[in-house]
Amino acid sequence: MDRTFADTALLLLPIAAPLLAAAVYAVAGWRRATAHLGTAAAAVILASGIAVAVSVARNGPLTTLGGWLHADALSAFLLLVIGSVATLACAASPAYLAAEHAAHEGGSRRRYGALVSCFLAAMCLGTLAGNLGLAWIAIEATTIVTAFLVGHHHTRAALEAAWKYTVICSVGIALALLGIVVLYDAARHAGLSEATALNPAALTAHARALDPAVTRMATAFMVLGFGAKAGLAPLHAWLPDAHSQAPAPVSALMSGVLLAVAFTQILRVKQIADAALGPAFSRTLLLIAGLATLALAALLLLAQRDYKRMLAYSSMEHMGLIAVAAAIGTRLALAALLLHIAGHGLAKTVAFTASGHLLQAERTTRIEQIRALATRRPALAGILAAALLALLGLPPFSLFASELGIARAGFAAHLGIPVAAAFVLALVAFAALARHTASMLLGDDEPPAAGEPPKAAATTRLSLAARAPLITGLTAVAALGVTAWPINTLLSLAAQGGR
Amino acid sequence: MSAHAQLLDLAAGAFLLAAVAILWRRDVRAQTAWLSVQGAALAAIAVILGADRSHPELYAVAAAVGLLRAVVLPALVRRAVTARAEDRESAPLINVGASLLAAVALVLLAYAVAQPLVRLEATTAARALPVGLAVVLIGLLILVTRRKALSQIVGFLLLDNGITAIAFLAAAGVPILVEFGVSFDLLLAVLVLRVLTARMRAVFGGSDLDEMRELHD
Repeated sequence: MDRTFADTALLLLPIAAPLLAAAVYAVAGWRRATAHLGTAAAAVILASGIAVAVSVARNGPLTTLGGWLHADALSAFLLLVIGSVATLACAASPAYLAAEHAAHEGGSRRRYGALVSCFLAAMCLGTLAGNLGLAWIAIEATTIVTAFLVGHHHTRAALEAAWKYTVICSVGIALALLGIVVLYDAARHAGLSEATALNPAALTAHARALDPAVTRMATAFMVLGFGAKAGLAPLHAWLPDAHSQAPAPVSALMSGVLLAVAFTQILRVKQIADAALGPAFSRTLLLIAGLATLALAALLLLAQRDYKRMLAYSSMEHMGLIAVAAAIGTRLALAALLLHIAGHGLAKTVAFTASGHLLQAERTTRIEQIRALATRRPALAGILAAALLALLGLPPFSLFASELGIARAGFAAHLGIPVAAAFVLALVAFAALARHTASMLLGDDEPPAAGEPPKAAATTRLSLAARAPLITGLTAVAALGVTAWPINTLLSLAAQGGR
Repeated sequence: MSAHAQLLDLAAGAFLLAAVAILWRRDVRAQTAWLSVQGAALAAIAVILGADRSHPELYAVAAAVGLLRAVVLPALVRRAVTARAEDRESAPLINVGASLLAAVALVLLAYAVAQPLVRLEATTAARALPVGLAVVLIGLLILVTRRKALSQIVGFLLLDNGITAIAFLAAAGVPILVEFGVSFDLLLAVLVLRVLTARMRAVFGGSDLDEMRELHD
């Protein structure tokens, strides 16, 4: 068997497997036999991520189908993150949906299964696209398939969130398309052929021939547009609404990987822009976007009263930090950025899934209505506490190592002031998150007010099936924090674009 | 000036005029009629460029673009308009006169911003390019100032027409596969927004976006 055929099959597998699962869900519906089909598809993504990573580390980037699909170390790494987060989120889905179904809430489970699988396929396509146009199509497709997942609960709030999400993300991503069109124009005038003019590698190689003024315009539009989908200011307004209204496993996928998939496009654009214009332009753009996002997130976390929105703003905080790391742009910064994406993806998946169980048990998303969780539901409280400690960036979790790496890289690159500002804002967010979490876990367990029935939910214990993905996720983040050896080679290869 | 160049200017002019007319009309039905005009102008731009640069495949693209943007998408929006009069109003936050003045400012802005693109080559097509950017900006203006679900869809379609026009005028269109994928995404996005609008009517009893204020901090 020749290599090209094997390469094509390898790159098509992570896209085809979830599509197949979606087709089965659409035909057979959500039953006991198909409930874990999504998990199986996600496991296939993870396995092909490992295979792609090994192949890229040994033989360099893979390109197939006339350049439409392309995998380098960065896409291999992202595929691994998508695979692991999706496996956890899909494994947590049946328990979540069963509880929802028992409470007669939520929309059709058949549609849920089909849409989540399509969502996974679109994210894999966006990651493996060897062409900015195809990547754009895949990322807009994620908006389309997740719109009804955000509106899954058919409530007024869910509908509002779905509308805002679809409009803001579609408009934001349309601006990215404008940037792509403008860049294509510049590339054609720089002598690139129709087939290669949207290929990031070819664009980077011919960057010196691109018209600088046009490239600046294209870069600004693409950072703004893909930034909307990555949760960066100024087009971030959809994020807290969508992440708080979507079913918990979907929130986990959106927060844990979709933001990262969109941000990867910014990294690719940055590589082209840096080669054409020097690093100063994209650095300024990303620093402004990153610091503004961090400031907004920190400010809104302080006064937050809803724990699902609190987790959403925490995602914005982490994306802001990731944007700052991209602005620094050195090898160390990029390696730390990627590790941060992985750590945040896993930890946020656990946090969102646990928050879904919390919502089902307590029937409220208000922080002040939840008290003394540690004594009433020790298992759930322990998992939630561990996930939040990971998100706060405390050792042994990997976010500690990656935040340290970002800080070190920033000072080494003489960006002390913006990096210090970023970490001051992160500290504010840290304090707010810690205070809110502590008040939910600890505090006095007030007796229920007279006339109100006592909370009967104490009997609903977290089942083993619900607990397993959460504990696996936490173990993975902690393991990554202790030793990153399995992905070391990949990280350093993926960070090679840095200076 | 060649006949092709004159025709191209005419089509680009009609394209911009349709955007201004959409801003001027408050009735969503009238807006969809102008959307059809704009879609036809966009297809005409593609045909003229195809004839001028002898790119026969542009005719096929023009036919597809014309079908989607002059017929299918406006019809999708029109069919979502209900008989109720309050639903047909586009409820502008700023009055029509001020919107038109803003549009003039946006056209000037578009000409200023698009200068680097115009300088890339000295053809009639490139000189008409700021028109596409102006339509993008007018689309954004509608999205920001109209508070009805359907007028937001109209604004989004305007924005997308503007981007497609820029793609044609700048580089005779992006690769066909990409154009096809983008159009497919656009169609699905409009379908999703239509379903959401219908749900909104069922839940809120109207499609006024100011009714939605459950989610805030």
